[in-house]
Amino acid sequence: MNHYELIVIGGGPAGLAAALAAYEQGLRKILIVERDKELGGILNQCIHNGFGLHHFKEELTGPEYAGRFVEMLKDTNVEVALDTMVLEITREREVHAVSVAKGYQVLKGDSVILAMGCRERTRGAIAIPGDRPAGVFTAGTAQRYLNMEGYMVGRRIVILGSGDIGLIMARRMTLEGAKVLACVEVMPYSGGLNRNIVQCLQDYDIPLYLSHTITDIRGKGRVEGVTVSQVDARRNPIPGTEMHFDCDTVLLSVGLIPENELTRQAEITMDPRTNGAVVYENMETALPGVFACGNVVHVHDLVDFVTAESMRAGRAAAAYVQKGEADDAGLITLKNGDGVTYTVPQRIRPGNVENAEVFFRVNRVCGASEIRVMSGDTQIAKFKRAHLAPGEMERIMLPKKLLEKAGSELTVGIVEL
Amino acid sequence: MKELICIVCPKGCHLKVDEANDYAVTGNGCPRGAAYGKAELTNPTRVLTSTVKIDGAHHRRCPVKTDRAVAKGKLFELMDLLDGVQLTAPVKVGQIIIENAAGTGANIVCCKNLDAVK
Repeated sequence: MNHYELIVIGGGPAGLAAALAAYEQGLRKILIVERDKELGGILNQCIHNGFGLHHFKEELTGPEYAGRFVEMLKDTNVEVALDTMVLEITREREVHAVSVAKGYQVLKGDSVILAMGCRERTRGAIAIPGDRPAGVFTAGTAQRYLNMEGYMVGRRIVILGSGDIGLIMARRMTLEGAKVLACVEVMPYSGGLNRNIVQCLQDYDIPLYLSHTITDIRGKGRVEGVTVSQVDARRNPIPGTEMHFDCDTVLLSVGLIPENELTRQAEITMDPRTNGAVVYENMETALPGVFACGNVVHVHDLVDFVTAESMRAGRAAAAYVQKGEADDAGLITLKNGDGVTYTVPQRIRPGNVENAEVFFRVNRVCGASEIRVMSGDTQIAKFKRAHLAPGEMERIMLPKKLLEKAGSELTVGIVEL
Repeated sequence: MKELICIVCPKGCHLKVDEANDYAVTGNGCPRGAAYGKAELTNPTRVLTSTVKIDGAHHRRCPVKTDRAVAKGKLFELMDLLDGVQLTAPVKVGQIIIENAAGTGANIVCCKNLDAVK
């Protein structure tokens, strides 16, 4: 059986940063397993710029950002198994993988990092009524067809959902000569970053219909048109508000789902709020020696934060191999307070950190607000924000001193001022 | 007074630009926001990213970008220019594909190392 100190599942930005960080901490038998024919993951199809402002202090395209890590990897002895699919991870950290080159393999890891990323929600997940013609794509699939494989997916486009990938594709299709007729969002606010509304929609006069959704898709063989209706506060279509668009393509940007089949199969404790594994402060899952990082844990807005989180996971995996299990004395569980939909990490072992970095999302758009961290009825920390939005992940730092004062439970909530 | 959302970084600061007062910017979190606010109302620019055809690599398209921001009005002209580009692998990240593209002063550069494959 092939034995490694660390096996990283997934060679996207999370897996690359995790492997490099573990190498820097002294591990010398590291394997990255990647199912595609190259490293870099989804960054390879994200040809737009805006990546790396935090990590590299410059603005890079997706392929450039991934390329930096692939270059750094060349100076290490980290092994990479491409075109290799992991089928199962056992609780004993055996990784079952299959590839054309090596057939069926069972690999043993002293530690394992889960970095499988996420996938897109599809038409089936949101149940759009109507015909079932060709021409309905998830935005990311269309992005891969267009940017890597060289296929123009359509000429007259309606985009459902205002997530960042949908917005980016609105601009991309327009530049390639398509007409993007509308971007339709069921919520009263956009799920994407403000800058993308500006530079992808407003720059090209593409209308954004908030509180609207597609209520019918028509077409024999290929999409011929869609009906868009306004929705009420409960997201039910309002009769009489129908608009018709003649289009040949519908792109869906309606959310991402962490890809956790392997995690569930290994019976690793999941968090129903994130659809990812429950993790400790160092990105360790409830199964000792197995860590998770990046979009497989929770869906990020920025790859830079994926990199930072994944380096933490890589360093922690190295510490696990070199020093054994972390001390869980004084364990703190994080809970959602008002307006907060999840936190990552969900558990903090104060003895194991200097500062605990906590990510979370809010459930509504707020103006000037305060993030309040409560231990029972006692407020132990507060953070001011000029505005909060569900589309923007929030990040706070809890210093060790505060954690030592906390009880066994901390609640993170928001209050609009 | 014009209100803008800064697009320099993902933070998306809410800017206010005073056209009557030499495009003075408020609401910006950093100096780049001030520069963006002024430029957006005087000469708006964008970095263009796209792809060009490539032969002999394991993909059919090679990602490219302008190496600096170009006038917004030039974007579609640059897209037309990229239509005619045909690369052959190998190419290296940072390699100049077109110098001073369409007279913008910006070069079109390659964004990815693509090796030659048989």
